Amino acid sequence: MSLNGAWYLGLAAVVFSIGAIGLLVRRNVLIMFMCIELMLNAANLTFVTFARMLGDIGGQAIVFFVLVVAAAEVVVGLGIVVTNFRRRSTTVADDLNALKG
Amino acid sequence: MLNASLLLAATRPAWPDILVFAASAAVILVGAIGVVTSRNPVHAALSLVMTLFGVAVLFIEQEADFLAAVQIIVYAGAIVVLFLFVIMFLGVDRSEEINVDPLSGQRPLAFILVGITLAGIIAMAATSHWVTGAHEVVGPIQGHITDSASPSGEVAQLGKQLFTTYLFAFEATAALLVIAVVGAVVLARRPPVPPDSEDTPSEHGMAS
Repeated sequence: MSLNGAWYLGLAAVVFSIGAIGLLVRRNVLIMFMCIELMLNAANLTFVTFARMLGDIGGQAIVFFVLVVAAAEVVVGLGIVVTNFRRRSTTVADDLNALKG
Repeated sequence: MLNASLLLAATRPAWPDILVFAASAAVILVGAIGVVTSRNPVHAALSLVMTLFGVAVLFIEQEADFLAAVQIIVYAGAIVVLFLFVIMFLGVDRSEEINVDPLSGQRPLAFILVGITLAGIIAMAATSHWVTGAHEVVGPIQGHITDSASPSGEVAQLGKQLFTTYLFAFEATAALLVIAVVGAVVLARRPPVPPDSEDTPSEHGMAS
């Protein structure tokens, strides 16, 4: 039998927090995307833990859909990054100030 | 009395499980901190692979074998490769200065806010005994496969649920993936400009 689910949930919460801090602190758009992936992974770990604790396969099905949506999100997001890089030659979020008043 | 002690011994996790969890947790946390603190985007991407492998190990530990395989194939095999491809393609694989805080006071504020959020999540989960809700609403994890020759009860159950209960969502994700691919192609395509309009002022010049 595996460990108590509380350990997994705590670990997932910590990983989510690290991802959130990275998203707030870092300025490189690519690294901000990676931090979003960290947060999604923490959520996935939580879902799988809940699935095991409740003995319900629905949690694992949700993780499957999260994986698909993450893949689509990364594809579109990186497409936007590439397009932006062609126009502005930067991947730093602070430099994208075309709408600044 | 004997029964109670036996029950206690059965529910106590074995030391291999503790070892696997500790090692995976260390790998996950080191990778996650590496993503946030790496100066070089390539190093951050490789740290992300480390975290993803650790999460996959924990998926296996929690009887989610199929998701662990998908995690490795989709995340480490496709998404991180896509990240690395874009990093190399744009040529931004240089170290950047991360010691300065461009917006003063942002980092302490971020740490405080996220710390409050983390404490709130853990306190909320701990006071509600970590999980609440009914058991086996959608379906049991192990299924009712009594054939010992097929140990993939969880995979069979997941597939059955995906193609029955979640059929509409499954079809919607197919449409989502097609839309994402088409959108990425449209975004990354260079717009066909006439050759004499190359030097017209772009919105970059107008904005600055």
